[in-house]
Amino acid sequence: MCLAAPAKVISITDNEAVVDYNGVRATARLDTLTEPLAAGDYVLIHTGFAIRRLSPEDGEETLKLFDELAASLDAEPSSDDSQQGS
Amino acid sequence: MPRPFQLADPKRARQLADAIAILAPPTTFKIVHVCGTHEMAIAQHGLRRMLPDTVEVLEGPGCPVCVTPTADIDAAVQIAEQGAILCTFGDMTRVPGTRLTLEGARSKGCDIRVVLSISEAEKLAHKTDRDVVFFAVGFETTTPMTAAVLLDDPPPNFSVLVSHKKIPEAMGVLLGLPGTNIGAYLAPGHVSTILGLGPYQEHLARFNIPVVVGGFEPLDILYAIALILRQVRDGKGFAENGYPRAVADEGNVAAQALIEMVFQSAEVGWRGIGNIPDSGMVLRSKFERFDARKRFDVKGETGDEKIPGCRCADVLTARAVPADCPLFGTRCTPLSPIGPCMVGTEGACSIWFRYGGRELP
Repeated sequence: MCLAAPAKVISITDNEAVVDYNGVRATARLDTLTEPLAAGDYVLIHTGFAIRRLSPEDGEETLKLFDELAASLDAEPSSDDSQQGS
Repeated sequence: MPRPFQLADPKRARQLADAIAILAPPTTFKIVHVCGTHEMAIAQHGLRRMLPDTVEVLEGPGCPVCVTPTADIDAAVQIAEQGAILCTFGDMTRVPGTRLTLEGARSKGCDIRVVLSISEAEKLAHKTDRDVVFFAVGFETTTPMTAAVLLDDPPPNFSVLVSHKKIPEAMGVLLGLPGTNIGAYLAPGHVSTILGLGPYQEHLARFNIPVVVGGFEPLDILYAIALILRQVRDGKGFAENGYPRAVADEGNVAAQALIEMVFQSAEVGWRGIGNIPDSGMVLRSKFERFDARKRFDVKGETGDEKIPGCRCADVLTARAVPADCPLFGTRCTPLSPIGPCMVGTEGACSIWFRYGGRELP
């Protein structure tokens, strides 16, 4: 139900954007968006409404967070509760 | 999905699973999520099978279709029987009411339409003289859309049957129920896009358990689980954002304002849980003219939700997994569902039937 999918903005007229989900075109309303939006941006869309502008750099940023967490644990000396590990 | 947002790299998944194994507590620890989309991602990608034996992840009341009480289905059926065009999301048509499902009502001649957005229902109302009613279910992700349409001067033949619910309130109540033993919450990503972290702090801080917002890519979920277990290891319990690319700590303030303008909180019923104070949405008096319950004659029916043998109530309160139910996969299957968790495609039973839990189906 709370499914939301990223799509690329193709064009904007008033309160509505035409967006592209990997080849599938649809319209999305923009009432529920706080950030300014331009063609070429990515947005997260839920039931036909944009709920958040996404930046492609944030995808990279997220991967960095994952790597940092994994690396921080590798670097830690093993404690008692680490012995359950694989 | 566009490439920059596809986070399913197997090597990183293995690294995160290793991190989880390092952090896993020695005794069973129960993480509950409250989102059908999370369950779908966990099951579809086999993430449960990557977790150490002591780390359990269960779906609680995460499927709005599943927690919609019989009384609301009955209201929708009655409104359709009175001649309105009743629009709703697909899964709602199969949830049992006292007498009929909406699918059953359609087979008796009622006009039930499946839509993907409230906008479609509102556009339909412009093209017809008949009454068009949108059966508005869903958590905070979906509530702002209903608000936006009602604020946008919909035609007079359009109204809504509101069954929106507030998930942080239910998460709080669940912690107080006997036998739930919830160690942490994996909080729903897109509800949090709207709400931010504030409502979790408000409703869950006093329980001192980790509440970590997670995204929906396989790596997002593993990352959020690792963050939860890191809090546990460090003896902490606070609301943390594990999905910063889609969730601002303050949430989506425009969407919050839309909800606030149109709705106020009220006590509502949750299937499997019962009534929860302030956990639902009702229209403010300024918008009462769009209330389908007032426009149509809606009578209470007996609405007995107890199905003999069915353990949906325990599944919805994270006290059982689908495989614990004697009907699961035998008498109750997606083709002939008995309980609501098998009806909704995001219900835990329906998902486990297709993808399995720790074991393959």
